[in-house]
This record gives sequence, structure tokens and C-alpha cells, in this order.
Amino acid sequence: MSVPAAPTRAELRPELALISDWIAPETRVLDLGCGDGTLLAHLHAARNVAGYGLEIDADNVIACVAAGVNVLQMDLDDGLSQFESKSFDYVVMSSALQEVMRPDLLIGEMLRIGRESIVTFPNFGHWRPRASLGLRGLMPVSRTLPNRWYDTPNIHLCTVRDFEALCRDKQVEIVRRHVVNHAHQSNVMMRTFPNLLGEIALYQLRGHDTG
Amino acid sequence: MAEPNPQSVGIVEPQTLHVAETMPLDCGKTIERFDLVYETYGTLNADRSNAVLVCHALSGNHHAAGYHNEDDEKPGWWDKCIGPGKMIDTDHFFVVSPANLGGYNGSTGPGSLHPETGRHYGPDFPVLTCSDWVRSQNILREALGIEQWAAVIGGSLGGMQVMQWSIDYPDRIAHAIVIAAAPKLSAQNIAFNEIARQAIITDPEFHDGRYYEHGVVPRRGLMLARMLGHITYLSDDAMRAKFGRDLREGRINYGFDVEFQVESYLRYQGASFVDRFDANTYLLMTKALDYFDPAHETGGSLARAFAPATARFMVVSFTSDWRFAPERSREIVDALVDAGKQVSYAEVTSDLGHDDFLLTMPHYVHTLRAYLHRVACERDT
Repeated sequence: MSVPAAPTRAELRPELALISDWIAPETRVLDLGCGDGTLLAHLHAARNVAGYGLEIDADNVIACVAAGVNVLQMDLDDGLSQFESKSFDYVVMSSALQEVMRPDLLIGEMLRIGRESIVTFPNFGHWRPRASLGLRGLMPVSRTLPNRWYDTPNIHLCTVRDFEALCRDKQVEIVRRHVVNHAHQSNVMMRTFPNLLGEIALYQLRGHDTG
Repeated sequence: MAEPNPQSVGIVEPQTLHVAETMPLDCGKTIERFDLVYETYGTLNADRSNAVLVCHALSGNHHAAGYHNEDDEKPGWWDKCIGPGKMIDTDHFFVVSPANLGGYNGSTGPGSLHPETGRHYGPDFPVLTCSDWVRSQNILREALGIEQWAAVIGGSLGGMQVMQWSIDYPDRIAHAIVIAAAPKLSAQNIAFNEIARQAIITDPEFHDGRYYEHGVVPRRGLMLARMLGHITYLSDDAMRAKFGRDLREGRINYGFDVEFQVESYLRYQGASFVDRFDANTYLLMTKALDYFDPAHETGGSLARAFAPATARFMVVSFTSDWRFAPERSREIVDALVDAGKQVSYAEVTSDLGHDDFLLTMPHYVHTLRAYLHRVACERDT
């Protein structure tokens, strides 16, 4: 018997590959909604990153355990008060922001726990959802938002502008922003009009240090 | 024994390690010349690296899996989870299951004869702690020539011994699997234990613990203790589903005989326990539970108590367990995270209650199987 090899960067979901590029070697990462643990497994093997994933789904927990990833089965909506302030280099949340009860409070907690945070979400300001709602009068269903209004886990969808307004209100520093299309590619047009042309938004954030 | 089962370890024979050395105990006393009774399942590999220690809970013993003879009706207490192809897979692991010191019908305990006086130890048997048990299990490890346990695994009081192993002998344990446990008992837990102890101690046939010499056993007290325990092992929902308010004779009789099915169940559980367990052992086991509190040594900080540990941890709890609820397991997990230890945690959705750890819910089994598979892989490379 042998342990299955950790995924390479090329084997990661494109969004996770982009996130992995933002994480320095030899650091500590807390991954909120870590799914099957591929990001942490890759980071550990490729960059000697240590960390834990939080995940609510039982099958994903089993997948993490099988991959040798430290996974803690818990609900993000129960809060993260058990984690000490600045106890991680990065707190990552990939495509889960729109599914939690209070995204604003959770981002506040991420910034407390991590020196930096990385957040990704589907941009509801992209022209496609706008067109669906504005022209056809239908709630959008797309590759990045595949669920229908009645069965979607997405209860707090937002746009790039909404998100940045929240960051301003909370005095959150945006270290980096990257917007991509559904194929996770970017171009000059997308960088110029991120809210209209970006389908997925990635942010690296730093909290307002109250000392 | 029923028809041959390829998933059973089959007929097993308990073995005994006679320990000649004197072992110090936390209470300040020592114990000398004692026996450790244990069973093993599976085969120890050539480099002796695939050994898994199973720590038992309050009413457990060395007989964790398989049968003692062809006519045995019931297999060992954790047979559902130990065997070829099972959660703790004896095709890969050499499983060692000792009976704890102070137990009954196994390792030296209050019902054994003192080597010097020739009398039953009875109340003279020293009060033990989880650390004492771990110390004695470490003597067994050395005797078996095992450098390091691939994993130490246990549920409830067994899980407490697993934690103690990780703290007391960090080099000797690669993986710590802690199931349905708690970092220490709550006041409510201790209160239940105290009622159980009082039931036994105030039984007129207890005779200050020297009932062996009177040829009696404190049946009523031990039975009450077990009935009380059983209530805490089952969830309210499980009891409702199992018994509801069903009446044995279909009507109420306006009397104090058994009327409701749940009364009948508890009396049966209590009565059958008396035949296979010792009252003094029950007292000792509940005391070891009450005293367990590794954070006591480190000023109340569980994270600092875990500081010496080098094992990787897998912690499991069950949602319907109210004796050691998931919150208690999360205290363990939080401390391990604070201490920077490697830990995973699964919270298994369950119905039965505390006793769920003995069963085989798919999420539980698949999680631990996946974990132990990696343990086995590590050992092979």
C-alpha cells in the first residue's frame, strides 16, 4: 500500500491554483470550507505549508482524511471564536462567502485570525447575471451560478462593487484583486471593468490593525 | 458461535503477562507482581511497526473481538469494528487489547488475591488513574517488543487513555484516535458517577468492599449503578424510538412492578451486568474517570498539557451523545489546534447516544477506515 500523491498545481481547480500562487512557502493556513482538501494537500506537498481545513460535509471530511489533510468538521456559521488572533498566516475562503449567514462578520473573523486573508466569490455584477435579470427578468443560472433560485445554497450573492464597499466600510485593506472568467482567465478588459466582465473575483485582504 | 464469519477474527485466547516489577502509582502507593491479561488479533509484521493498542472503556475488558470458544454466543465488545476488512483491519494491523489493571476477570484487580496475604484485595486495591493504566500498558508494549504503536485508539474512558498516552509517552505513539471522549468530566458527569458509587457502597451486602469473603455480591447496588449508566449511554430520542411509553402487558396496573418496556430493559441490563462485573471495579473505573484532567498539571491549560505530544490526532464525536457531547470533543480539538498539533475532527450524525462508538455508522467507519488506511500506508513506506 502507498499513500496517494498530493495534487500538483496543474491538477488543482483553476481557482485554487490561483490562490496557491498567493501563499508563501513555510506558512500556516486555515482553509474555510476546504472541500476535499486538495488545496491544503497541494500546499503541504509543494510549499511545506501547514494548516487545517474546516468543512461541514461528511463526505468531504472523509476525502480530507484520506488525503492526509487536517480537517475539522464544523459549521462556519457557528463562528470561529475558538481560533486565536493572528494564529495563522493566511485564512482562505474559496467560493463559500455567499453561502454563510453573515459574510461581514465572517470576514471580520478571518482578518482577526489571519495575518492576511484570501476570499473568492462569484461576481453577481457580471454582465450575464445582469442581463438575465435586467432583460429576461429571470434569476441567473450560469456556469458559475448553476443553482436555481429555490435550491441555491447562495444566500448572500454580491458584486465586486458591493464587496469593495464593505471593505471600505470595515477599513479592510485590499492587498490584491484578481478577476477571471469562468475559465479562470483574465485580460485587460476584465481588469479595466472587473464588475462587468469578471465572473469570479479573488481578493487578498489585510485587516485594519487595531493593535 | 454462529456460522463462520470471514470478517471475524475467530476463536481467540487471552494471554497473560506476569509483571514482576514494582510499579509506582499516582496515589503514592505501588503495585507489585501483577498480571496483565490481553488479547491480540492479526499478525505483527517483521519490523514490528503495525501494532495498534485498543484502550477499553468503563465496562470493557481484554475481550474486544472474536469468540472464546465454539459455543460463545456473543463476540468481544468491539467486534463490529475489529476484524479482517473491518474499521480496524486485522489484515493490516496487529491489534493489542489489554484489560485494565483493577478490572474484573482479567488483569489484577480488587477481586484478585493479594500475593502476600492471600486475601482478596477488595477495598485495599489502590485507586487508579488513566496515567497508571497507561504506565502498565507501556510495560506490555515493552514486553511485546513494540517500539512504537502505529496507533492507540479508544472510545469514552478509552479515549482518555489515548490522550494520556500522547502526553506521557509521546515517542511511543504515532497516531492518537480519540472517540466520544472529554478532556475532563463535568460536574454533572461526576454527579452521575457519585450516585452509582453510593448505590454500591450503601448496599448492605457491600461489606466495606470485602463482600468476597462473605460469599455475597452487592447485586442491588451494582444493578442500580448500571441502570443509571445506561440512561446516560442512550439519547432521549433513542430511548423514545426504542421503547416509547410501550407497556409490557398493554395496560397500566397501578403498581410498582415492571410496567413500561424501558423499565424492563433497564432491569435486564442491570441484572445481567451483575453476573459479569465486579462492584469494586466499578468504583475504581468511575474514580479514574472523575480524576482524569490532564490540564490540571498545567494550570488549567489543556493546550499546554498537550505540548509534549508528537502524535497525529483523530478526534471523533457523535451528535446524539449527551454524556460526552460534541462540545467536549471540540474542547480537545481546540486545545490541539492551539498547541499546533496535527489533528482532524469528525462529528458523526448519530441517533443512539454515547454507545454509538461501538457501532458502525457509515460516516464513522469510512472516516476511521480512511484514517487508518493512511496509518497503514505510512508503516509500509
